[in-house]
Amino acid sequence: MNTILIVAGKEFRDGLRNSWVLFISLVFAFLAIGLAYFGASASGVVGFTSLATTIVSLASLAIFLIPLIALLLAYDSIIGEEEQGTLLLLLTYPLRHSQLLLGKFIGHASIMAVSTLTGFGVAAILIALLSGEMFDIKLWQAFAFFILSATLLGWVFIALAYVSSVMVSEKSRAAGAALLIWFWFVLVFDMLMLGGLVISKGAAGSDWLAYLLLLNPTDVFRLANLAGFEAVRNYTGLAHVAAGPLFEPAVLTGVLVLWVVGPLSLALWLFNRRQI
Amino acid sequence: MTPVLELDQVSKQYGEFSALKGISLKLDEGKIMGLLGHNGAGKTTTMKLVLGVISPSQGRVHMFGASPTGPEADTLRRNMGYLPENVSFYNQLSGREVLTYFGKLKGVSAAAQVDLFDRVGLSHAADRRVKTYSKGMRQRLGLAQALLGYPKLLMLDEPTAGLDPTATHEFYEMLIELRKQGTSVLISSHVLPGIEKYIDSIAILGGGNLLAVGTPDELGQNAQLPLVVRVKGDWPDTDWQSQFAQQDVSLLHVNGQHLELSTPLHNKLQVMRTLLAEPAVEDIDLIPPSLDDLYGHYNQQVSSAT
Repeated sequence: MNTILIVAGKEFRDGLRNSWVLFISLVFAFLAIGLAYFGASASGVVGFTSLATTIVSLASLAIFLIPLIALLLAYDSIIGEEEQGTLLLLLTYPLRHSQLLLGKFIGHASIMAVSTLTGFGVAAILIALLSGEMFDIKLWQAFAFFILSATLLGWVFIALAYVSSVMVSEKSRAAGAALLIWFWFVLVFDMLMLGGLVISKGAAGSDWLAYLLLLNPTDVFRLANLAGFEAVRNYTGLAHVAAGPLFEPAVLTGVLVLWVVGPLSLALWLFNRRQI
Repeated sequence: MTPVLELDQVSKQYGEFSALKGISLKLDEGKIMGLLGHNGAGKTTTMKLVLGVISPSQGRVHMFGASPTGPEADTLRRNMGYLPENVSFYNQLSGREVLTYFGKLKGVSAAAQVDLFDRVGLSHAADRRVKTYSKGMRQRLGLAQALLGYPKLLMLDEPTAGLDPTATHEFYEMLIELRKQGTSVLISSHVLPGIEKYIDSIAILGGGNLLAVGTPDELGQNAQLPLVVRVKGDWPDTDWQSQFAQQDVSLLHVNGQHLELSTPLHNKLQVMRTLLAEPAVEDIDLIPPSLDDLYGHYNQQVSSAT
């Protein structure tokens, strides 16, 4: 356990030193404040809208941004060490493959968690102050859940980045693979889903489409955050098909956790088999 | 006494490809062994087997009497230091931070690391970022890393690559110092020019086979490599061909001012006498067979055999 923490500590300090933490926090904070300020401009008003509206818009934007940032953060974690010559060296230390990978994960996951909390947290306080919703407990709960699920979404893509990082033989390929992962989950998957929805229109029971949404962590994240807002449900396209007990926020959070554990286990298994 | 390192009929297969074919080696305490070979000869595979990052397909590898991939692997690894070839470390960290990180992983206290920078001659740059280091400085940092925790066995892969001649000399002096304290060293290299005097034994690998193993002297005697003699002077009319007609000598190069010949070692004095009897001779150079020649000799044997 101690060994894992040594690796995690180094990764986290690297994240602070490379300004990753600062960069991610700033991006998230500006995004949230910007959305809150300009969010209502479509209806002809500029000024701070409520946290609720902001969360809904943020969730849609976070789907593009969080996976990208997580993949950027973690895509070279194993292949990068190999190219520096430090991977072989580390593996001659009293250190298991699993300890190295888990240590890196804890380090990267902490970077993601700290910056998400800082970035969105600071923004939330500002927005709440300016829109006069400082004492609305329900809204704060929704925002806390948003931060939690955003962190989990980041972790999912860190784990996915590890899978590609232990499979490839060159850093540039890892970058390419990371980009493909992003395209698939953020753009292609939803387009295919929409296509499926159009084709099956009128056919009895397109329920299975809703369950397919669980195969995409970004959709799970979106559903989890929109589910909290009844009014929103009726206006969102894809989210509309997903109703019922399986699509409660708590269950969806569990699905996100599975999405972290699954790819991480796969990366561990592949890393153990990787030829040094 | 248990040898520090023992390889017994070790083979390693990668699918169809045999990287090592039944190698047996032994390294005793306080000895320095050179592991020589071309790229693809099996040096890296041998190193990795000893390091325990891969397991042998056949045979058995023992370090301090235990398997480097067995349950005692962690203990073995704390008693072993490794310097990989081409390690560039973490550019964004300082030398001291790199060493602290690896020290922590090895369970070495910070106090035990203090003098390492002095020992490798890097104390002036310990707090600079590794990014600003030259190749030689990275190599020194790598060596400091390998020396963490006073290892009883040092495994060095191309340790002097990128070091200037002075640094190379200092490096070997340091190895001698370590050997006195009982540290055993395995050095892997393409060639080790001029270091015969520092190493106790040589193992030459080629195509996954062990071509030769022994002390430099033993290998020299077995190979029966000739001595080269270079002579300078002014002898417009001397017929060297007939002078050496009765001796086991081959003339490599002859003109009015220069003569170069090769002869078996046992013939050395006879050749010298003949040369000294000739007043026109002004200077004589004796060039004994070098490690390079030995290495070439054993490698040639293989290529002519296959």
